[in-house]
Amino acid sequence: MAGICGYGGYVPRFRLGAGTAGWNSSQERAVANFDEDSVTMAVAAGLDCLRHVDRRSIDAVLFATTTPPYSEKQCAAIIAAALDLRPDIFTADITNVLRAGTAALKTAADSVDAGSAKQVLVLAADHRQGPPRGETERSSGDGAAALLVGNQGIIASLEGWRSLTENMLDSWRSTGDNFVRSWEDRFATEEGLERIIPRAVAEFLEQHGLDIAQVHKVALYAPDARRHGGLARSLGLAPEQVQDPLFGRLGNTGAAFPLMLLVNALENALPLERVLVVSYGDGSDVLSFLTTPEIARAKGQSVGVSGYLEARQTLDNYETYARWRDVWTLDDAARRPQPNSPSVTAMWRENDKNLRLLGEECNDCGYVQYPPQRVCVNCRSKDNGKAVRLSTRPGTVFTYSMDYIAGATDTPLVVTVVDFDGGGRILCMMTDRELNEVRVGMPVEMSFRKLRVVNGIHNYYWKAVPRRVNEAIGAGVN
Amino acid sequence: MPGIRDRVAIVGMGCTKFGERWDASAADLMVEAAYEAYADAGIEPDQIQAAWLGTVSSFRTGQPLAEALKLDYIPITRVENACATATDALRNACYAVAAGIYDVVLAVGVEKLKDSGFSGLAIPEAPGADVAPPTPPPAQFAMAATRYFHQYDIPYEEGKRTLAQIAAKNHHNGALNPKAHFQREVDPDQVVNAPMIAWPLGLFDCCGVSDGAAAAIITTPEIAAGLRQDYVLVKALGLAVGAFGVLRSDWDFTHFPETVRASQAAYHEAGITDPLAEIDLAMVHDCFTITELIIYEDLGFSPRGRAREDVASGKFTLEGGLPVNTDGGLKCFGHPVGASGIRMIYEVYKQLQGKAGRRQLKDPRLGLTHNLGGRPGSFTCSVAIFGLPE
Repeated sequence: MAGICGYGGYVPRFRLGAGTAGWNSSQERAVANFDEDSVTMAVAAGLDCLRHVDRRSIDAVLFATTTPPYSEKQCAAIIAAALDLRPDIFTADITNVLRAGTAALKTAADSVDAGSAKQVLVLAADHRQGPPRGETERSSGDGAAALLVGNQGIIASLEGWRSLTENMLDSWRSTGDNFVRSWEDRFATEEGLERIIPRAVAEFLEQHGLDIAQVHKVALYAPDARRHGGLARSLGLAPEQVQDPLFGRLGNTGAAFPLMLLVNALENALPLERVLVVSYGDGSDVLSFLTTPEIARAKGQSVGVSGYLEARQTLDNYETYARWRDVWTLDDAARRPQPNSPSVTAMWRENDKNLRLLGEECNDCGYVQYPPQRVCVNCRSKDNGKAVRLSTRPGTVFTYSMDYIAGATDTPLVVTVVDFDGGGRILCMMTDRELNEVRVGMPVEMSFRKLRVVNGIHNYYWKAVPRRVNEAIGAGVN
Repeated sequence: MPGIRDRVAIVGMGCTKFGERWDASAADLMVEAAYEAYADAGIEPDQIQAAWLGTVSSFRTGQPLAEALKLDYIPITRVENACATATDALRNACYAVAAGIYDVVLAVGVEKLKDSGFSGLAIPEAPGADVAPPTPPPAQFAMAATRYFHQYDIPYEEGKRTLAQIAAKNHHNGALNPKAHFQREVDPDQVVNAPMIAWPLGLFDCCGVSDGAAAAIITTPEIAAGLRQDYVLVKALGLAVGAFGVLRSDWDFTHFPETVRASQAAYHEAGITDPLAEIDLAMVHDCFTITELIIYEDLGFSPRGRAREDVASGKFTLEGGLPVNTDGGLKCFGHPVGASGIRMIYEVYKQLQGKAGRRQLKDPRLGLTHNLGGRPGSFTCSVAIFGLPE
């Protein structure tokens, strides 16, 4: 039977918290930078999960989110390119419900069990937005989880599941809505969350002849800390059985939330522990995993949810966040002409260069070049190079500038020239940076980001970011 | 290769007032520059047999020059080669005369930048995937400054001070020049404390964005001698186009190989073996103060990494051993992109003739102009040398 063979996580660098002027809450939450979205965070979690996995072994990508940048245009295809996966794979976006994460995980397991794929990469990411200064904004968070599902080297096998589906408008977001809307809290809680989840869990336990005491950890969805606590009590969970929901550190990450909690649970699990994942949204999915002795092997293979939670920086003020989310807009149009639509033809032609971030290594002299060239700049050998992936190579800042007039969102814009370990150089932007840490010789890594949206086209590319990865984990990536 | 040395002459030149020429269209500017050149040469417009029009973004073809000047169905070619555009228009004109095809030709450079509504350069680009970082010129050249300071272990404050001295020098010269865009001196403290544009470059480290035009009439030395005694001979026309810097991961960002190669070619063509001793003045492409600093080294005026010592000693001022940008340079005279090359030649021409007013140097014989178009790592560079007849 299928199970989880590996995991990864991603939490953006920045937090709203006690140190953020204008935030008015002691509760900390993770916030995506202005150039991050569900696609970029999924790529980051995928990179984390695949650090020591052969990319060619991935047969399918399932991307779960309620905040896809496109309504028509597959996001998993963008992600598969950015992760430099094979073209002959199955990809799908699973969306429109907070249960999307567990839906993708279960679908992946079914695919493996059916024999249609050996290894499926499940990615869940969300960045849902509540109205400014409201409760949803306070309790939400941004982040992503990655789970590798297969039948070889299983670290946690899927031993059973139970789903309930019940049509209910307790919260919703229509096409074109920016913010989540909810019906009256007491109705949504009493007739929704607190009725459906306990029923799904009870039916799962009964179906599998288990008692709740036989469960080590429950990675349990709830919209906020208060209702999470109430739900855990109504399930009869002892405190040590409750997987830390990370409220006050991460926040509710929507479709990614139960999977991020699962990743966090696996990071700390011992062999032969039972972990329940419980999601919610128009019903509930309960998935039960039993860890194997292989779980020890997974330790230290990824930065994970816990690692990215630690590597954090508190935003100075709420205005910066509001500007990132376009809640607070600055008119920068007067400074520069409006950008033209990117050429879709050029984007298509440059998929390998721009999304896979492939450079070219000369077969004759070994010189690595980016962008790839047909004629080698070093030895002039023609059409005689092989593609090399640069997205996973650590780099060092060779030089940089800080542009105060190029835009209004991330001023000053840090433009940098980065030399990759093992050869190759790129001119790119730096993001997720504090100005006082930028210097010649600064260690950086590459991060997939959204440059801008023009003509409804989300234009993605790579930027340099300060290295957040533990050197020991980052070593030996492929 | 016989080269261009002494085979063609400049017999007349014109240059408009540079600046925010709200009053003038590109056509007006071309008329202003060309008619000054006709008068200077003492020729009539119908003597022009062919023309080259240099412009980066104001026109697509040579036709607007015919329309503005009412040229009589003569051949006109539009030339575009980034910031080397005007010099390259003149270069093509020189080669046509040297080849014996024409006797009297016109080269005009023009740019009308201030109709865009934007304060910086707003030149449209071809459709593309648009993933390159938005790096206007200040951000590009600032990376050279960052690296220069790092490589030579120059503390930020000291580096800024050196760059400020270059800006102050060029503003001093420009303030002596009624045709310059800016007419005021700045002191180094003002430059250092100016608002940041692209760190480490501040407002006064950046050249002006201007409207303007300049024109030159090219002929054979024989015809020139019949028109005036103080015609100016073309000694060299070097042009080097590079791409390696942006492609190589071992390029240092602190020297521009295109300048080195274009100047080597020009020195060879002009028969110059010791540029520092032989060249009396130079107009160089100071789009940013850091650019001028690096150019001193690339042209062989200063040893590598030591240009700031020469800046400190005043070597490149009007009173120094090798005055640079005597007319104010791009920094103060302004930079209408497609006109700048001929503007520089205009200053060298006037200085050689002894007609540079309050900026006049003592008996200069040989002058150099230098344009750098593109961005660090991939430049189009022209180096041209001009001298008086023996």
